[in-house]
Amino acid sequence: MRGIVKSFGSVEVLKSVDMDIVAGEVHALAGENGAGKSTLMKVLQGVHPITSGTIEVAGQPVVIRTTADAERAGIGMVFQEFSLIPSMTVAQNIFLNREVRGRSGLVDDRAAERAARAIFDGLGVTIDPRARVETLGTAYWQLVEIAKALAKNASVLVMDEPTASLAKHEVENLFELIDKLKSRGIAIVYISHRMDEIRRVADRITVLRDGRVVLAAGVAQLTAAEIIEAIIGRRLASDLVYRDRQLAADAPILLEATNIGSDRVLKSVSLTIRAGEIVGLAGLMGSGRTEFARVVAGMDRPTQGTLSIDGKPVRFSTPIAAQRAGIALIPEDRRDQGLVLDHSVSDNLALPVLDRVKSGAFLSISKLRELTNQLVTRFDVKVADPFAPVSRLSGGNQQKVVVAKWINTRPRLLVMDEPTSGVDIGTKTEILDIVRAFASEGNAVLFISSELPELLAVADRIIVFREGRSDRELNRDDVASEEQLQLIIQGEAA
Amino acid sequence: MSSPTTATRPSLISPAVTRFDWRSNVIYIAFVVVFILFAIFLSSDGFLSANNMLNIVRQTATISIMAVAMTFVIATAEIDLSVGSIAGLASVVTAMATTQWGLVPGIIAGLLSGAAIGAINGGLVALLKVPSFLVTLGMLGLAAGLAQWITSSAPQPIGNTLYVQIFGGGDFGPIPGLLVWTVVAVAIGWIAMNRTSFGRRVLATGGNPTAAAYTGISTARIKFTVLLLSGIAAAIAGMLYAGRLESGRFQWGQGDELTVIAAVILGGTSLFGGRGAIIGTLVGSLFMGLINNGLILAGLDVAQQSVVRGAIIIAAVALSRKK
Repeated sequence: MRGIVKSFGSVEVLKSVDMDIVAGEVHALAGENGAGKSTLMKVLQGVHPITSGTIEVAGQPVVIRTTADAERAGIGMVFQEFSLIPSMTVAQNIFLNREVRGRSGLVDDRAAERAARAIFDGLGVTIDPRARVETLGTAYWQLVEIAKALAKNASVLVMDEPTASLAKHEVENLFELIDKLKSRGIAIVYISHRMDEIRRVADRITVLRDGRVVLAAGVAQLTAAEIIEAIIGRRLASDLVYRDRQLAADAPILLEATNIGSDRVLKSVSLTIRAGEIVGLAGLMGSGRTEFARVVAGMDRPTQGTLSIDGKPVRFSTPIAAQRAGIALIPEDRRDQGLVLDHSVSDNLALPVLDRVKSGAFLSISKLRELTNQLVTRFDVKVADPFAPVSRLSGGNQQKVVVAKWINTRPRLLVMDEPTSGVDIGTKTEILDIVRAFASEGNAVLFISSELPELLAVADRIIVFREGRSDRELNRDDVASEEQLQLIIQGEAA
Repeated sequence: MSSPTTATRPSLISPAVTRFDWRSNVIYIAFVVVFILFAIFLSSDGFLSANNMLNIVRQTATISIMAVAMTFVIATAEIDLSVGSIAGLASVVTAMATTQWGLVPGIIAGLLSGAAIGAINGGLVALLKVPSFLVTLGMLGLAAGLAQWITSSAPQPIGNTLYVQIFGGGDFGPIPGLLVWTVVAVAIGWIAMNRTSFGRRVLATGGNPTAAAYTGISTARIKFTVLLLSGIAAAIAGMLYAGRLESGRFQWGQGDELTVIAAVILGGTSLFGGRGAIIGTLVGSLFMGLINNGLILAGLDVAQQSVVRGAIIIAAVALSRKK
């Protein structure tokens, strides 16, 4: 790929990107969210046609405008969100839309099953081609996707965060498989945030930042710190600065978790949060942060360990029980879990506190108006008409509505899961200010974020999650830089 | 290459294969149980006679044909509520055209009326992305009104004996023509669903539209096609009503859409798409006919039939939800 440029309207997302992928190599592609990784891959995949630049496969220039073009060029994708039909069998999925036909012209499932079995044998894995995909575990879904790409004679396989939903031994199996594919001359583009995986499996690495290649080199010559520095770059002095809020060391403990485990991911999490404190949870995707938030908010029940509030053990059977105990959760997916998008700003704000806007048995429009105006002003939600659907607001303002809605329920502990994803930088600072102000009133905040600059700006203490455990606890003073925290999260620092 | 890790890799055990699959099999159990109950309690009323059995097939033929096509529609996670009204419209169109112009133009006119409405349904759903529930709900009223309007609510008799012979009135020796129609429809449906690329695209469209699109399937075209086919199948059902009852009436087929959908769902096809059981649909349709027949033989009046039928359907669907 030479000089790839991709613009959406006037915004240039890729600015002259060059990338060589050699047969039989694993080429890691790294960069922060928004650096252009997924756009580059969508270009290869034929979802977005390029604005300018050239793509050559085996020396021949190719034009990729549709997914069919990409397929013909021998580029196969192993999707992050799995792209199989759950209700169909493994063999039917592998040969979907390219069915094997018998002499009668009808689809021959037996022949497809034999062909699928041959592919799996070649990979050294055991999967029943007749099993319905929905009956298989996620690790097998991925293998089926790989087989589907191989059945189309792909010479380049793009894997987007392939280990995100795999258990540890499954990751090892995947790496073995990647080695096998390499030895067959298949090139693999490996997109990942995990340094240990990149160093284990990749031969070369390309790092993107702001739509440009900032590093392209052999992995063996690089240290994890060098890669991380390339990914992060030199940050401009930003508004995301930590302000020491002078916490009283003897503030009472509000929430204490001891040895919490669950049947989803969590193995053993222990932590405390004091009144007035903002505790940040850091960790890789799948490290158990969201799962822990769900346990605290009463959505999932722990299988082991205890949770206590004000020193008294509690067991929440429903989210309502957790809310009564003063815990509010601002969920990860604002559009899906945080808001009723088609309803007005006003209705969304009133939803958790409907009892407070009643007069007698009926909702009082005047009280509703009063509540809405008060919250919109207090949280500075930029909204033309509070009675218009919340879906018309920008992402940042939508998130402010979610935050306002929950803070207005007067919780003592606010659990925030990636509260600034998809939010512009200006609104981000405002949300962080809201969080700080809320904590300063003697409330506690559990702040989950993958964006380290904001985590470092807002958290008084950071707990690093690793593989379902609360692995390290860092006071704000212990962390000198973003790079250092990233190394700790990656498990690369002592 | 057989490294030791490959050997110790956990073997694939999919419990769903060994576990009994209620969802797709409950209809067969329900059918057998109800059949045995009727055979015991209604044998003196002639339930088991060959003639009564053939009657059940005759009475369910139109439902079965519409249900086979509906299986494809539901397998793409869409719905067609207009089938009953299309049947009524096609019955009067074919009757009027046969009387006016003769047999062949009559058949063509009947088929075209269903194809036209099916194409409008499909076009609105596939191109304008209007939910099929709304499009076909509107079409239910529109087609029924049209049928009543063009006939001024009057029945349209069919004098053409060959038409009546072909469309449901005649027998092939001991075999009723309606049985032949049913068998042909089910056979075509089964092969199309299970042995053609079209069937796979239908299941993929309903099972995971995003994945289907990435695989190069035009999900819009598939949705258009299944709704078009459903319209044509409903027209054939309407023409069979006209043949069996020797007249076209706007009332023929009224309310059939609910029986048809119930037959498909009872048969194990998922309302959420991705699954399509043609044989299950046939048994579901026969099951509906079986209940009607048994309740009439038992001497229940129309109101009582309605209550019992509703209760049986709810029970069967609830059972099929059991995991």
